[in-house]
Amino acid sequence: MTTTELPAIKGVGTQATRLYGVLALIALGWVLVGGLFFTPEDVVQGDAVRIMYVHVPTAWTAYLAFIVTGVASACWLLGKKHSMGFDRVAGASAEVGVAFMALTLISGSLWGRITWGTFWVWDPRLTTTAFLFVTYLGYLAVRGLGGSPHQRARRSSVVALLAVLEIPLVHFSVVLWRSLHQEASVLSPDGDIKMDGIMLFTLLFGVFGFSVLFAWLVSHRQRIMAMHDAQRASALEVAMADRLQEASS
Amino acid sequence: MQPTRVIEFIDAVAVYGDYPALAGVTFSVDRQEIVLLQGPNGAGKTTLLRACAGLVPIVRGSAHVLGVDITTDRESIRERVGLLGHQNGLFAELTIAENVDFWSTVVGASKLERDVAMQRMAIDGKLANRRVSELSAGQKRRCALACLVVRRAEIWLLDEPHAGLDAKGRDEIDLILREAASAGATIIVASHEVERAQQLASRTVAIVAGHVRGVS
Amino acid sequence: MSVSRIARAVAVKDLRIELRSRIVTNQVLPFSGLVMVMFAFALDSDDVLQDVAGGLVWLATIFSLFILVQRSFAIEVSDGALDSLRVAGVDPQGIFLGKSISLFVQLIALEVVLFLTAVVLYRVNLGGSGLVLLVTCVVSATAGLAFVGTLYGGLTAGARGRETLLPLLLLPVVAPVLISATRATEAAFTSNGVTVSEGWPWVAVLAVFAAVFGLGGLLSFGSLIEE
Repeated sequence: MTTTELPAIKGVGTQATRLYGVLALIALGWVLVGGLFFTPEDVVQGDAVRIMYVHVPTAWTAYLAFIVTGVASACWLLGKKHSMGFDRVAGASAEVGVAFMALTLISGSLWGRITWGTFWVWDPRLTTTAFLFVTYLGYLAVRGLGGSPHQRARRSSVVALLAVLEIPLVHFSVVLWRSLHQEASVLSPDGDIKMDGIMLFTLLFGVFGFSVLFAWLVSHRQRIMAMHDAQRASALEVAMADRLQEASS
Repeated sequence: MQPTRVIEFIDAVAVYGDYPALAGVTFSVDRQEIVLLQGPNGAGKTTLLRACAGLVPIVRGSAHVLGVDITTDRESIRERVGLLGHQNGLFAELTIAENVDFWSTVVGASKLERDVAMQRMAIDGKLANRRVSELSAGQKRRCALACLVVRRAEIWLLDEPHAGLDAKGRDEIDLILREAASAGATIIVASHEVERAQQLASRTVAIVAGHVRGVS
Repeated sequence: MSVSRIARAVAVKDLRIELRSRIVTNQVLPFSGLVMVMFAFALDSDDVLQDVAGGLVWLATIFSLFILVQRSFAIEVSDGALDSLRVAGVDPQGIFLGKSISLFVQLIALEVVLFLTAVVLYRVNLGGSGLVLLVTCVVSATAGLAFVGTLYGGLTAGARGRETLLPLLLLPVVAPVLISATRATEAAFTSNGVTVSEGWPWVAVLAVFAAVFGLGGLLSFGSLIEE
C-alpha cells in the first residue's frame, strides 16, 4: 500500500508574511502605547475615547473583510479556471472578518455603555455591523455544507455575492429608519470628537495596523486551508487503495 | 455525426465527502446497447448511474458522456440523459395524470407522447385519476417510468426498475426498454435481478468496491 | 422549454398541491393567527397594540414565511422531485420563478387574513388613500419575500441539518423588508401621527429589494440547488 508523503512543514509563514507580521506588531504596539498614554483625553468623553482606537479600526477591518470575501468570491465565480485559491481567501477572510466584527460590536457596545450609559444604540454603523456579523455566520455555515469542493466553492461564492447585494440594502434601510428619529449624528460616539494631530495619527496608524494584521491572519488561514486540502487528497489516495484491495479480494 | 461510444469512463473517481464511491472506474457503453450493471450493495452502482447523468462530480480520471467531458461540464448533457433512481420523483398529492402532465410540460413533450407513455405503462384510464399517495409501490414505479419515457432521452439510466413490480409489470418494462433501444436509446440497468436482467441485456458489467470487475 | 412555461407548470403544480393538502389553510393560518393573539398577551396595552400593529403583522408574516418555504421545498425533496428536475435539465430559472409565484400567492392569502385580524384585534384604522398605499406595500414586500424565500429555501432544501440553516440565512436578508414594510404600513394606518404620504419612500425601497432579489435569484438559483 503506497501513501503519499506530505512534505515536512514547519509552519505556514514565509518571508513575506513574517515581514508584515512584524509590521503589524509594531503598528499595533504603537497604537497600544500611544492610545493609552500619549494621546490626550477627549474634552467631553474623557478617557473613554481611547476605545475609539480599537473600535474604529476593527470596524474598518470588518468591512474590509466583507469586501475581500465579495471580491474573492466574484473572482472565483467569474474566472475560467475557478482557481481554489480565491475560494480559500474568501473563506479565510470571512472567518477572520467575523472575529473582527465581533470585536467591533463588543468595543462599540462597551463604548456606548461608558459614554451614553447603554450597551446598545441603533447607530446605523453598529446595526449594519451586527447584520454583517450574522450574515457572515450564515455564510460560514453554508461553507460547512457538504459536497464536492467545487460545488461548495460555487455555492459559497453565490451566497457571498448575495450578501454583497443585501448588506447595502440593510444599511440603507437602517439609515433611513434612524433618520426618522433624528438621532443619527448625536448617537454616533465618534461623531463629535475633535481630533488633534496625534489622535488622528494614532487612529490612522491603528487602521493601518489592524489591516496588516488582517492580511497576516488571512494569509495564514488560507495556507492552512490549502494544507488541509492536500491532506484530504492524500487521504483519498489511501481510501482508494483500500477499496482496490477490497475489490481484488 | 453520432458517436457510437456514448459513455466512456477511464479510471474515474467520484467521492462523497472523503469516501471514494467510485474508486477508479473504467467502463464504456456503445449506442443502443442494453447493459446490466450488477454488484453488491455499496459497490457503487447507484453512484455510477448518477455520475453518467451528470449529478455526481468526477474528481479524477476522465469521463465522457455523449461526447461531452463531464469532469468539466456536467450540466449540458442532462437534458439528453434520463435517470430513474431509487426515488420516484413524484408529487404525492397529485394524480398520476397530473404528475405525467407536469413532467411532459416541463420537458416539452406533446400530449400524444404523454398519452402513449401512460398507455404503455398501463396507468391510463381510471387509474390515471388516482392520487400517487394512494398507489402501490409498483404503480408508483410505473408512473415514474412514464415520466421518464416522455423525456425521449438518448441514454436511459435505471436503478432497480423491476423492484416492486409483478411479473407482468416487469415484462412490460423490458418490452419498453427493448423498444427504446431499437429506437435509438442506450440503456443501462442496475439490478439485483440477475437472471431476468440477463434476458434483457446484451452485456453485463460487474462493479465491486467502486471498481468495475469484468464484463460478460 | 421556455422559462415561462416551466414557471407556470411549477406554480400551478405547487398551488394545486396546496389546495389538496391544505397545509397553509389548516396549519399555517391558524399558527399565524395565534401569533397575533400572543402578541396581544405579551404587549397587554390596546394603545401600544394599535401603534405597533403594522410591525406585528409583518413579524407574524416572516415567522410564517419559514414554514411556508420549508413546506414548499419539502414536497420537492420527499420523493426526490427536485433531483429529478435537475437531472432532467429543466431550466432552474423556471423552477425559481414558478416556486416564487406560488409562494407569493400563499403569502398574499396569509397577509390578507393577518391584516383583517389586525383590524379586528388591534383596532387599526384604514382610509382610502391608506388602502392604496397598503396594497402597493403588500404587493412589493411580498414579491421580495417570495423571491428570497425561494432562493434560500432552495439552498437549504434536502440534506440533513440544512433546514435549521434557513432562519439564520433568511432573517438578516428580510430585515430591509421588515423595516420598510412596517414603516409603510404604519403610514397606511396613520399610526403615531404618521401621514400616508410618508409611506411611499418605503414602498420604493421594497420595490428595489424585490427587483434586486428577483434578478439575483434568477441568476443564482441554479447554482444553489446544484450538488
